Amino acid sequence: MLNTIKIFWQAIRQLSGDDAYERYLIHYAQHHATNGEPLSKKAFFKQWQDEKWRGVKRCC
Amino acid sequence: MNILLKNTLWIAITVLGAGAVTGIALNRGEPINALWFITAALCVYAIGYRFYAAWIEATVLMVDETRATPAERLENGSDFIPTNKWIVFGHHFAAIAGPGPLVGPTLAAQFGYLPGTLWILFGAVLGGCVQDMVTLFLSTRRDAKSLGQMARDELGALGGTAALIATFAIMIILIAVLGLVVVNAMKHSPWATFTVSATIPIAMIVGIYMRYVRVGQVLEASALGVILLLLAVAGGRVIDESVTLRVLFDHEGLTLAWWVMAYGFAAAILPVWLLLAPRDYLSTYMKLGTITLLAVAIILLQPDVKMPAITQFVDGTGPIFGGKLFPFVFITIACGAISGFHALIASGTTPKLLTNERDIRMIGYGGMLLESFVAVMAMIAATVLEPGVFFAINSSAGVVGKEAVDAVAKISSWGYPVTVEQMQLLAQQMGEATLFARTGGAPSLAVGMASIFGSAFGQSMLALWYHFAIMFEAIFILTTLDAGTRVGRFMLQDILGNKWAVMGQTSWLPSVIFTSAVVVSLWGYFLYIGVIDPNGGVNILWPLFGIANQMLAAIALCVATGILVKSAKGKFAFITGVPLLWLIIITSTASWQKLTSDDSRIGFLAAANDLSSKLAAGLLPPDKAAIAPKLIFNFQLDAVITLFFVSLLWLIVFDMVRVCVRYLMGKPVPALAESPHSPSRLVEDWVRD
Repeated sequence: MLNTIKIFWQAIRQLSGDDAYERYLIHYAQHHATNGEPLSKKAFFKQWQDEKWRGVKRCC
Repeated sequence: MNILLKNTLWIAITVLGAGAVTGIALNRGEPINALWFITAALCVYAIGYRFYAAWIEATVLMVDETRATPAERLENGSDFIPTNKWIVFGHHFAAIAGPGPLVGPTLAAQFGYLPGTLWILFGAVLGGCVQDMVTLFLSTRRDAKSLGQMARDELGALGGTAALIATFAIMIILIAVLGLVVVNAMKHSPWATFTVSATIPIAMIVGIYMRYVRVGQVLEASALGVILLLLAVAGGRVIDESVTLRVLFDHEGLTLAWWVMAYGFAAAILPVWLLLAPRDYLSTYMKLGTITLLAVAIILLQPDVKMPAITQFVDGTGPIFGGKLFPFVFITIACGAISGFHALIASGTTPKLLTNERDIRMIGYGGMLLESFVAVMAMIAATVLEPGVFFAINSSAGVVGKEAVDAVAKISSWGYPVTVEQMQLLAQQMGEATLFARTGGAPSLAVGMASIFGSAFGQSMLALWYHFAIMFEAIFILTTLDAGTRVGRFMLQDILGNKWAVMGQTSWLPSVIFTSAVVVSLWGYFLYIGVIDPNGGVNILWPLFGIANQMLAAIALCVATGILVKSAKGKFAFITGVPLLWLIIITSTASWQKLTSDDSRIGFLAAANDLSSKLAAGLLPPDKAAIAPKLIFNFQLDAVITLFFVSLLWLIVFDMVRVCVRYLMGKPVPALAESPHSPSRLVEDWVRD
């Protein structure tokens, strides 16, 4: 039961983008660790939001 | 499960589904329980998903789960990210589901519940879902390219340009008609106007919170926003009951239309994080939450559908919009059955997240099934109302008369009894001054939802439920309006940027202001005309939107059919070819009638001529005579737009046929743009996160 709630909560966090920065840090550590420091949370969030809203993202 | 049990289960589902569909189809003269609709829908969806979609997936598309998707090959941590399939499903559904499947079925309920319901079910299973799934597949195989790019690569420059123009045009018409729906919901309703206005500062508070106060804490900020929204719904009552405050929010449609335009302009210029992004969070939660709540309430309450299966308005004399059942039910219900707009999401956006090709059926086909289910629920919410009440809310003053007495007499004379007292009581229960002639679909949907919620969760809060439903519709209509204006602005900047490079800079303020103003004035014009039109405007704009949306679907299906033929899968081309043929038939017939019909309620030119002759003969009262020239011009303009849409459609169809014929004759055609196979590394050890 507790596990189900945990999975559900994680899904909600991921769907909403609540954990976007954490996932970015993991991705960064895996793929770009040699390129210096990752973005700060604030800088990442700004970039992430701008990215998300480029192009047709909502329908009728 | 052993095979025998499985087969028995599927036979049971088929029998149950066939029984439910037959039941709702053959029922006459008696109320029918809404559960039959739900049962019919779920069975039809299950069969379509399990058999048709699975067959397309395995035999036609031949999805290859060992093949790396663009999300894996091009992973960059920002937009290309391999993502869990349920999360992708959530994103995809939140993107495709908008106000369209709620408004369309409500308007189409004037034909009775049956035609719309059948089209929603079978149109989705055989048309819309296939379009979404095939487009998603094709884009996944082409580095997540957009529909326009695919059209250009696979058919030629014409297809690409047509897709671009169609997208821009549909955006303008869509925003205008949605703006009109919101204006009609707020007209002379201080409660609704306050609640809808309050969503703007609330979105800003949420935006500032997650940008500066608690950076990136999306859920925390959203929870705050949802609480504030609910307070705004309740607060509207205080405004409504205060003599001094209510006048601040009690406005004519035209005043509200100017405000909506000013808002659209501001929203397109303001930074994304301040208004658009937080508003989108709130509208997504509201949308998913309310739709779930509605499904639960319908299943708990099991309301009776009171609308007849088929009304006399199939002959084209309907009060909500003119035109016969064929083709107009298929034009009016676009989004719940087949929507070209989805092809824009299924190409370009969703493929960037897709981890494995085997999830295409669930996300593409399944996502559209869920959208179709939303449309079925909207149909239920519209048809659980007494038909007399439904027509009183949705018929414009121009059709049934301005005075309540005239309106009820006229509607009762159609065989749908309703009284002034009944409407007054209902308006009072809903906390509104009047519910007569509240066209656009939103108020009647809200009344339907409020009565369902009220019966399931307590009658005492009807007015709160009504305004909650209005807020729910308004918040994501305004999100579509914001996002659409911004997309229109980007497209315009892109086009202008080809000629003057500086205009293409999306951050150069003069260009931003200029292009936003152009886009807002384009849709603002149609909104303005819709508001001053005594027949409500929705009757003109919604069919135009339907035609545009079906045209975009036809483009997507042309691209898909062309690619199937070029991939030597011509014998399977019917999966997209038959829906395409159907769209060509309905779009062309509807356009033809809109252009040439002698009935001034259907034909644009007939309406223009009718009004001109009345104006010339001095038959119009002064207030109508003053706006007549504008309406006449608008009818002519609408005729030109319709002609343009249908010509564009035929041009693309001919281009697709040309490419197919050349291929079949062995002549050179644009090569298949599919990216080469590269093996997935995620298949073996991929752990679902």
